[in-house]
Amino acid sequence: MTNAIVAQGLVKHYGEVKALDGLDLEVAEGTVLGLLGPNGAGKTTCVRILSTLLKPDAGSATVAGHDVVRDAKALRRLIGLSGQNAAVDEHLTGFENLDMVGRLYHLGRERSRQRARELLEMLDLTEAGDRITKGYSGGMRRRLDLAAALVAEPPILFLDEPTTGLDPRSRISMWDVIAGLVRGGTTLLLTTQYLEEADRLADRIAVIDHGTVIAQGTSDELKGQIGGERLEFTLADAAQLGVARDCVVPLGIGEAVIDQHSRRLSVPVTGGAAVLVEALRALDAAGVELQDVGLRRPTLDDVFLTLTGHAAEEKESQDDESETTTTQTRTTTKEGAA
Amino acid sequence: MNALLEAAADTAVITKRNLIKIKRVPDLLVFTTLQPIMFVLLFAYVFGSAIDVPGVGYREFLIAGIFAQTVVFGSTFTGYSLAQDLQKGVIDRFRSLPMAPSAVLFGRTLSDVLNNVISLIVMALTGLVVGWRIRSSVLEALVGFALVLLFAYAISWVMAYVGLLVRSPEIVNNASFIVIFPLTFIANTFVPTNNLPGPLKAFADWNPVSAVTQAARELFGNTSAALPPPDVWSMQHPVPYTLIWVVLILAIFIPLSIRQYQRAASR
Ligand SMILES: Nc1ncnc2c1ncn2[C@@H]1O[C@H](COP(=O)(O)OP(=O)(O)OP(=O)(O)O)[C@@H](O)[C@H]1O
Ligand SMILES: [Mg+2]
Repeated sequence: MTNAIVAQGLVKHYGEVKALDGLDLEVAEGTVLGLLGPNGAGKTTCVRILSTLLKPDAGSATVAGHDVVRDAKALRRLIGLSGQNAAVDEHLTGFENLDMVGRLYHLGRERSRQRARELLEMLDLTEAGDRITKGYSGGMRRRLDLAAALVAEPPILFLDEPTTGLDPRSRISMWDVIAGLVRGGTTLLLTTQYLEEADRLADRIAVIDHGTVIAQGTSDELKGQIGGERLEFTLADAAQLGVARDCVVPLGIGEAVIDQHSRRLSVPVTGGAAVLVEALRALDAAGVELQDVGLRRPTLDDVFLTLTGHAAEEKESQDDESETTTTQTRTTTKEGAA
Repeated sequence: MNALLEAAADTAVITKRNLIKIKRVPDLLVFTTLQPIMFVLLFAYVFGSAIDVPGVGYREFLIAGIFAQTVVFGSTFTGYSLAQDLQKGVIDRFRSLPMAPSAVLFGRTLSDVLNNVISLIVMALTGLVVGWRIRSSVLEALVGFALVLLFAYAISWVMAYVGLLVRSPEIVNNASFIVIFPLTFIANTFVPTNNLPGPLKAFADWNPVSAVTQAARELFGNTSAALPPPDVWSMQHPVPYTLIWVVLILAIFIPLSIRQYQRAASR
């Protein structure tokens, strides 16, 4: 299979900030790559370089065989971009926006109009199509922006956080639209803060942090990297954590992890429900009082936290929060090892 | 399609988009028209009552100056709009399309000429009401209007560059105010420059705003032998001097703005 997108050693600085620090990526034709990373990881910068909006300071990239710097103009015919913020003209109607984009792709008058109607229909905007977009909700703008990216039926699509800010229902319908495009053979590079979204839409996932790829693979491969299922207990009394650990460690296959603060104990296991029952018996016999019990398979969230040391969905005040999270993770590891 | 034709077609699409906005946001049109009316009336009645211009009355002297000032201010709209488009991500959208990079800027500057045409018409009518007259031929007067518009068009390109550089509509407005006020006041726009102190007079006499004002006055027939233009080349030959400025500005700022557009990022 040929690669539709190849990036090698991309570097981009904004003044002092190093937004990309030698980023390498490959996306096979007709597949979906989910670009996952915390705020400020460099996702948008990467998308902007690959979609010809920014020039890299170093490194190179080709999309559909075209160099993103040298063949930018030819490349623009083959890509569709929906950026992180919906780029719609608020004084035009939805139809006028799409019609204008069609004309600028040089589709011609008739085809532009026809395509605009088709896309409004496809993204469920037919009714709103003749209204000025200033009055659109955030979700409608987002959909119109996606429609604009699809005007020329591009074989390669870049979507930067396409569902951020959408309500759950709009998100699911957006996923359906995107999944439909992918079935049609479109190569897609998708950035997202939602791990569920990457899990659902992406064939492969690249986790980036501080401008480089720190892990990649299929969702299952990434989950595999950080281990299998775990038993998790939340105790009523933190003082019993030690006793509880002694009960469950013999049943597990690795070190227990203890978090004093949340009175939580977890241990990697194999054997599923049977082990859970055994553990409960042991804990009950030892008189440990439980508040919550669970058998957890790793989610992409765990992958994310483990790999980046901070959670994906900290939109605001990311610096403060990521600090706290990191500290917590560290404490947990220390105690687990102790 | 040949590249030039394609660029022209793209420019037409962008111009149409900008014109739709004028129609959709009527406040804009209101200000485009009300402000010049206010200026003509204020200057004609407030300054006009105190300033005596030999040969022609003050109101007749004033109009060309008001024209020049208003269209120069009107040109800031180019920078304002581009900064706004940048901020809203519309420029990102355009830049991801296989369109001519010059089209967004030509479309913008061209549609902004319409704003200035509207202000000129409104000011001319208000002027006629308060006593301004064209004392030359229709043809000369039309050349006068065309020259004012051409000058404004060149200033639009300066503003386009500024707008793409500073990327904030508010800053474009405030910054250009600070430059344009002195530029349009240290000039022959509202008072004859004869009595200005030395350095100011030199600045005023070589100020391109003075040149376009003087050129328009001559083409409208609003000059008099009782008030000869200052004895410097720029004021003796205001039409060629204005044209030199126009060519110079366009030659510098068209390529500069297009380059800035191509590297412009929304944040
Ligand atoms: N125009 C700019 N000027 C200065 N710094 C910038 C600019 N754009 C991005 N940065 C910085 O570069 C780094 C990467 O930003 P980028 O927008 O690519 O991250 P991201 O992964 O898309 O983040 P988010 O999840 O918040 O959208 C950040 O530290 C950011 O502050
Ligand atoms: Mg981003």
